[in-house]
Amino acid sequence: MNDTGQQRRIKVLLAKPGLDGHDQGAKIVARAMMDAGFEVIYTGLRQTPEQVGRISLEEDVDVIALSSMAGSHLPFCRKLKPLLEADGLQDKLWLIGGNLPAQDHDALRELGFRGIFPTGSKLDAIVAYIRENVREHVA
Amino acid sequence: MNDRAQSTLKIITNESGLEVKPLYTAADVEESGGTTMLGEPGEYPFTRGIHREMYRKQPWTMRQYAGFGNPHDTNQRFKYLIANGQTGLNVAFDLPTQIGLDSDDPLAAGEIGRVGMSIDTLRDFEVAFDGIDLDKITVSMTINGAAAIAIAMYLAMAEKRGYDVKKLRGTAQNDILKEFIGRGTWIFPVEPSIKLVGDTIEYCAEHAPKYSPVSVCGYHIRESGATPAQEMAYAFCIAKAYADEVIARGLAVDEFAGRLSYNFNIFGNLFEQVCKFRAGRSLWAKIMKEEYKAEKPGSMWLRMIAAGGGGGLTFEQPELNIVRGAYYALISALSGTQTMALCSYDEAYTIPTEYSARISLRTMQILIEEMGMTETVDPLGGSYYVETMTNRMRDKMEEIIAETDAQGGIVKLVSEGIIQAKVSAQAYQMQRDIESGKFPKVGVNRYRNEHEDEHPVEFHPYNEDDARVQVDGLNKVRAERDSEHVARTLAAVSEAARAGANVMPAIVEAVKAYASVGEITKELVKVYGRYQEPIRF
Repeated sequence: MNDTGQQRRIKVLLAKPGLDGHDQGAKIVARAMMDAGFEVIYTGLRQTPEQVGRISLEEDVDVIALSSMAGSHLPFCRKLKPLLEADGLQDKLWLIGGNLPAQDHDALRELGFRGIFPTGSKLDAIVAYIRENVREHVA
Repeated sequence: MNDRAQSTLKIITNESGLEVKPLYTAADVEESGGTTMLGEPGEYPFTRGIHREMYRKQPWTMRQYAGFGNPHDTNQRFKYLIANGQTGLNVAFDLPTQIGLDSDDPLAAGEIGRVGMSIDTLRDFEVAFDGIDLDKITVSMTINGAAAIAIAMYLAMAEKRGYDVKKLRGTAQNDILKEFIGRGTWIFPVEPSIKLVGDTIEYCAEHAPKYSPVSVCGYHIRESGATPAQEMAYAFCIAKAYADEVIARGLAVDEFAGRLSYNFNIFGNLFEQVCKFRAGRSLWAKIMKEEYKAEKPGSMWLRMIAAGGGGGLTFEQPELNIVRGAYYALISALSGTQTMALCSYDEAYTIPTEYSARISLRTMQILIEEMGMTETVDPLGGSYYVETMTNRMRDKMEEIIAETDAQGGIVKLVSEGIIQAKVSAQAYQMQRDIESGKFPKVGVNRYRNEHEDEHPVEFHPYNEDDARVQVDGLNKVRAERDSEHVARTLAAVSEAARAGANVMPAIVEAVKAYASVGEITKELVKVYGRYQEPIRF
């Protein structure tokens, strides 16, 4: 609930980081989030860390979600983290999904990505995780 | 029908939306249009195959997708695959190369050599193909946005090594319209992108007439969510768009159509796939003969690579993908493909290791050596089911093409993001159906393992040092080349683009001067601008 007593819709930025063009998964997740009633801003392909940070700030999103399929998730997230922190976005829910080898999950968590959804994750699980974890920020 | 009313069997439809009956008889074949579109192998309309003797004369080409790191690494993998009996190469380029960025471009950081080999200049092509006999091993290049540059580099490299470019065979993917639908390695806006494809077709028709400058890919449209019938129908719409572009320049259809080729996907129902290919072969022949008035049989041939697709493989129980790959290879052989490739079992995780790539290669070799798959042409021909479904699939594809044309044509629908939204909605529904168990997937929604990590996949190592080596190599070339000559050839590229002329001759000269992929791309961007992706749900 916000000041006016109305439930605010959860607002998600869903970004395709780097040069990867595989957007089938990102678009599926975007649709699942929309069906769940979230407001989704899908960036399209080839977002730089600076663009992800800027849109997150301007759109005042609750969730910053990345979809990465081509293996450059760690170098990208290392650049993104300080930018999001500099913009005061560390209290937002940071998620990443896609082709993310298990051996990289700890490093992604250390970079601030609380929700990690590798290939094989269920759409409902992603939606439920967001509802569960974003509540305190939206309320 | 009466028998259905009495039956308690539930109605089954395939992914393309066609009903599959429990039994087919001669009456079904007749009802679906009979055998008027069947013909003999090697004869119009080529339903049974584009050649009379097919694999009896020569087995399909085996062409695993390969490439990573720098050109030296990739050259080693090529030689490994050839030593293991592979008969063609399919080159994977890294993302910076595919979208026209040099390895020292800030946007390329973290992506160099990751999903394919990194290429900056002609020097890299020389290293990548060193020691490989380009007459014996045909090379296919999976590159689209920057395809014109890659073709120029390939031809220049071959010429430098003494090959007669007039006789040189090979293929570039160079299908930009499908990149806008899925895969996403576009650079320029839609209109100049199609113009560039036209430039490569026109250039090759004159200078490299045995080279296939385009391989139209239903494959990635299928991966993005299209049904098998849509996969082929949209591919034909795209091929027609390229043909129209070239014909508008005054080329006769028989001057270039024989070098158009196709890339299709295999996963899902075996019979639906086989019938898709048989139907597609005759439909393409009909389109070329009746609509385009082609006269040479070669212009009517649906020459293709039919590849076991990643979309069918699963992250869960990855070793089952070896079994799926074997079925996909069987389908490919039963479908009369010219070239075959398989996604390897670990590709839901990583780029294939030598080990997994070899398993894919051996899978195809077992079909050739042990299963009798090369002995008889179109072995499923004459089956009531296969002939009926082939007719029905052809009707379905024609319906989709007519619908696409009625809505303004494929170029308009892709430019506006309408095809993208349509296949993406289908992909979403399929994902929901897999998660609910409605669409069966073994290991995913059936027969799951308690411990999914029983057979961990070995990850292909990414060498962080490759990027530095690649950038050093680029700097070395820049220091050694004649920079004034490079500048002149680069200026000629944008001049040709501005004049609306064919840019290929200028790109070939720039490439020979060791201008880089990024430098040439920037010249074209000056004139063409960059694509803005339509976001539509």
